[in-house]
Amino acid sequence: MIKVITPGLQTTIQDNGRIGYYEVGMPPSGAMDKFSYIVGNLLVGNNENAAALEITYMGPTLEFQEDAIIALTGGEIPPKINGQSVPMWEALAVKAGDQLSFDFVKNGARVYLAVAGGFDVPLVMGSRSTYTLCGIGGLDGRQLQENDILKIGNENIRPAKIGARIDDSFIPQFSNQHEIRVVLGLCSYRLTEESKERFFSIDWIVSTEANRVGYRFRGERLNFVERKQPFGAGSNPSNVVDLGYPIGSIQVPDGIEPIALLNDAVTGGGYATIGTIISADLNKLAQVKTNESVRFVAVDIEEALSARKEIKDKINQIKQQLC
Amino acid sequence: MKVRGGVKMTRYEYGGDEFIFVELSEEMSLEVNFKAMAITNRLKEERLPGIIDICPSNSSYMIRFDPDRTHPNDLISKLRELEESVSSDDIEISSRVVDVPILFDDPWTHEALMRFRDRHQDPSSTDLEYAARINGFKSKEDLIKAITDFPFIVSMIGFVPGLPWCYQMVPREQQIEVPKYVRPRTYTPERAFGFGGAFAVIYPVQGAGGYQLFGIAAAPIFEKEQRNHDFKDSMTFPKQGDIFRYRSITMEEYEEIRKKVNDGTFRYLTKDITFSTKKVLEDPKAFSEDVLRRLYS
Repeated sequence: MIKVITPGLQTTIQDNGRIGYYEVGMPPSGAMDKFSYIVGNLLVGNNENAAALEITYMGPTLEFQEDAIIALTGGEIPPKINGQSVPMWEALAVKAGDQLSFDFVKNGARVYLAVAGGFDVPLVMGSRSTYTLCGIGGLDGRQLQENDILKIGNENIRPAKIGARIDDSFIPQFSNQHEIRVVLGLCSYRLTEESKERFFSIDWIVSTEANRVGYRFRGERLNFVERKQPFGAGSNPSNVVDLGYPIGSIQVPDGIEPIALLNDAVTGGGYATIGTIISADLNKLAQVKTNESVRFVAVDIEEALSARKEIKDKINQIKQQLC
Repeated sequence: MKVRGGVKMTRYEYGGDEFIFVELSEEMSLEVNFKAMAITNRLKEERLPGIIDICPSNSSYMIRFDPDRTHPNDLISKLRELEESVSSDDIEISSRVVDVPILFDDPWTHEALMRFRDRHQDPSSTDLEYAARINGFKSKEDLIKAITDFPFIVSMIGFVPGLPWCYQMVPREQQIEVPKYVRPRTYTPERAFGFGGAFAVIYPVQGAGGYQLFGIAAAPIFEKEQRNHDFKDSMTFPKQGDIFRYRSITMEEYEEIRKKVNDGTFRYLTKDITFSTKKVLEDPKAFSEDVLRRLYS
């Protein structure tokens, strides 16, 4: 068992997500940086869907009450065991009584803590992911609190090798300037040609509203093509007849600040969506912090698919290295 | 609607590498909603590999798929074929008719809407009074009568788990339309009954919201504890294609229903129905009467 001494800013239990319930309005939740999350599980010998902790900006302090093997992956929030720095992207042995804590965030925004066996909480609609809005999944449907007790499960499928680490070339590098690839489309016909062009040519600044639900960006106003609003669409030019929102889709309510919808987002609504962040770059966006700058880059569907394949290939190579 | 050479064009759009969005029409109508339902029902029956979610919505639909198992372009070809094969003038739909008790002008949503008057088009009246006036009704009672006289179809589910968008099954000239709040509220009570654009909704959980608040539903539409009968199989109750009849109730009945819900003994009054969309469109009044007869007989 693991005791939560301090919970950190926002630490939740996440896995690959609650897949297949979008139709009833249930967002998938799940780890936001899937690449780092999966590598963590591979390092400790877990099933790829085992539940891990997603740590945001400021890490928790955890006391291990039993021996365990853990791995820390994702952004750089430097971890320490009993006050001594320990490496990330490596399988580490932890003894009963050890305390895991973190320094201030250096790079990126989210760290994943995988433990051999995974975190043991009940499956809700096939997933252990926390969805705080409805209070389901994870530990009582909420982020961790002081004095919580976390149980270790039995989702390990291979013995973990202490000291195993992935090749440095696979470790993502994070900076303060990010390029995020987007497939333009959905209701992009609503934007003027000039605004479409501006969307891809300015630096957008991540606002303080940047969380698991979505990221809001500051930049400049975007304009919609003038029209008589269709029946049922609502009066604002950014309104459309309510429709489904893909994960990673971008909308611009009233043309003011673009919002990218992420893992815990609403599944539909009445704002025109103008494009979708490709799945490979959702991992990258998860490591972007407030006040950092993002440039959106237009790509076509084939490039989106090959970026996705690249990540899959990387994960397969890491698997071969480790197993 | 994109019109090219006089032909209405459906938009097929990539939603990144995991979604396809199909906009059948830019404007809402019962016809287009029935068509989206017919296409997505057929798609469900086909059980194609690599499809993760099929989400019919008001005048569009969305598919989430696994690009490792199916190429989006192949899927789009398939969807185009389906669109062509589905006749839009007459579709047979099987669904449920549900009695949905609403306490209009209730103290809870009243408290919430009074708290956010500064975000409303008309701070000096209530949401019901405002909506009645701009829709040409003499009183809020007349507006409530218009809402409860004709049933609604659940035209889309989403936003948050279980939230039903409901579109009234009446001709366009009879549709009630209201704007959303100028700026959204930060608080809406759980089970609030709201109206925005041409849609009625019930908010499943407490949270932010921008729809005009008219009342509160007595029974839940989302129950994570899954205690009451209608939630045994799913935390969410509404299904796309359901026909909801909103019924105005008294505070006394509201309290009786709340007690049953809390005891875990509540059950929605529902009846199965199969209907022809042509009949609904031709004579909504006769359809409405038929629905009420089935529901309460």
